[in-house]
Amino acid sequence: MNTTIKGYLFSVFLFVVFIIGWHFATYAPETTTSGTELSASQVEALVTSGLAEADARALTAAGLRFDQIEQIAGIGLSLAEIEMAGGIGSFGFTTGEGGAAETAVTGFPGPGQVGRVVFEQFSDPFYDKGPNDKGVLLQLLYSLRRVALGFGLALLVALPLGFLLGMSPVFKTALDPYIQILKPISPLAWMPLALYTIKDAEASSIFVIFICSIWPMLVNTSFGVASVKSDWVNLGRTLELSRFSLAFRIILPAAAPTIFTGMRISIGIAWLVIVAAEMLIGGTGIGYFVWNEWNGLNIDSMILAILVIGLVGFALDMSINLLLKKFAYES
Amino acid sequence: MKQYLVETETLTKAYPGESGGSPDLVVFENVNFRIKEGEFITCIGHSGCGKSTILNILAGLQSPSSGYSFLKGKEIKGPGLDRAVVFQGHSLLPWLTAYENVAFAVKSRWPDWTRQQVREHSLQYLDMVGLSGAVDRKPHQLSGGMKQRVGIARAFAMQSRLLLMDEPFGALDALTRGSIQEELVKICASTGQTVFMITHDVDEAILLSDRIFLMTNGPKANIAECVVVDIPKPRDRATIIHDQGYYTIRNHLVDFLVSRSRELSGATREVAKHEIRNESGALVYPPDVNPLKKAKAATLAAETV
Repeated sequence: MNTTIKGYLFSVFLFVVFIIGWHFATYAPETTTSGTELSASQVEALVTSGLAEADARALTAAGLRFDQIEQIAGIGLSLAEIEMAGGIGSFGFTTGEGGAAETAVTGFPGPGQVGRVVFEQFSDPFYDKGPNDKGVLLQLLYSLRRVALGFGLALLVALPLGFLLGMSPVFKTALDPYIQILKPISPLAWMPLALYTIKDAEASSIFVIFICSIWPMLVNTSFGVASVKSDWVNLGRTLELSRFSLAFRIILPAAAPTIFTGMRISIGIAWLVIVAAEMLIGGTGIGYFVWNEWNGLNIDSMILAILVIGLVGFALDMSINLLLKKFAYES
Repeated sequence: MKQYLVETETLTKAYPGESGGSPDLVVFENVNFRIKEGEFITCIGHSGCGKSTILNILAGLQSPSSGYSFLKGKEIKGPGLDRAVVFQGHSLLPWLTAYENVAFAVKSRWPDWTRQQVREHSLQYLDMVGLSGAVDRKPHQLSGGMKQRVGIARAFAMQSRLLLMDEPFGALDALTRGSIQEELVKICASTGQTVFMITHDVDEAILLSDRIFLMTNGPKANIAECVVVDIPKPRDRATIIHDQGYYTIRNHLVDFLVSRSRELSGATREVAKHEIRNESGALVYPPDVNPLKKAKAATLAAETV
């Protein structure tokens, strides 16, 4: 059998093993203490501790577990009195919905539940019900837009500047110390300064993407241009090419693979940074989505978002890789 | 006076010493030579004598520390389309096909040509080096010999006044080298191209050259003499070795490389002023030496004694 097919089969196998492992790690069997119906003995126990049977059934229907109802019974109030006092919520009880039983026991959603959330979200991925309730793909588009703008701007600056650095040793020596110092700064460290100066969250996050994706492209472009084989440049000179022709017909295609490699590194970093940046600035974006779901303790939606982030990062990387392959050459 | 295509005048290349006190490294000094139109010149010498530098100066890619070089009486100041270069490595652009590589040069040479003209011209020269079947291949899909053939096709297609070749076959195996040499003989015979070529291969030099420039060892290298290869053309790799004169010339060259190249070097002896310019100030060129005539004269002298 073909080794590639073998490899793919093995990765499918790993996936299945992971899902099964995940399922059992988070699996909580439906116990009698939870669920929508109380057994006769449980009702009897509640009635003896002072709760009317109708109230017990109503609380169950509201989604409370047996142990919770037991505690309510311990308070010694009827359901009507509790409602007057502000409902069971004011006593610190929360009612679960749907799969509450599953989460309540382990705290972590199983694959089935995440699958349900994925299905729900993707059946209407672009809905917009106010600032804190938007579809995951809509949030994703906000993030992609920021990355596209920041990355595009960085490309516009890095290409010509990198060319200049690669062509002129004087320029390279002059700018190198600045690049070396600016390059290792975490892009998020710029965020407060950007917010203060630009006074706009959207523009600040685009700036942060710009500043983090410019360095790999700048360094790679200048390296690629500087290491073009001297024979090729000499050939161009003997053909009396203009400076423009030399740059675009010899140096650019020769340096293209190195430049695209820089772009590939940049887009990867940009995608890493946008999530963190959006957690900081809030409002919109996939990073904010993760943070918002964390605040609502919707672990299943968080997992969905993490999955989406990974897939999109992969797609971005592959698309630049396709370009890279198109312009690559063997010498 | 006969017009020469290429002339050089006291061409010198020196690199400044490492620290202030140490003397400059003079690679070659006061090199004078002339090349006639249509001549095939090869230049032989040990590594470090500056052969490649001389070629690069003629190409305009490097400039001499002092002295001048002229093409058709005009000083060479930079690279240009009147000189084509075949570099040591194949120097094909790897992102273009064999055809595109040749067409790239042709288009640069004749910017006004139509696409059809460029195509016909390029294919004609690719055909000349026997590559009509591989025009659409990228360089990495070509063997070393084929790549160098494309390089040669590109250089000849430019129909430049002077073709400069820097050890074009250095990286090829002996069999491939032999077949390309033979093609080169044919192409030169049909085009009458003036060629200045650097080689390490004595047999290659005899097969191809009208004259062979012998360079002394560096530092302070110079051209000691120009050996005239007086073997009738067209030559053939298989038959030339049976020519009576072949080994006379070959021995002369090997003898030079083994011993005289060091003895005659500017590093081991004082080069007199009159070896560069005579009393009236005119340049002195290295003497043309014809080993075959010398040998004949020697045998004649032996017979008469």
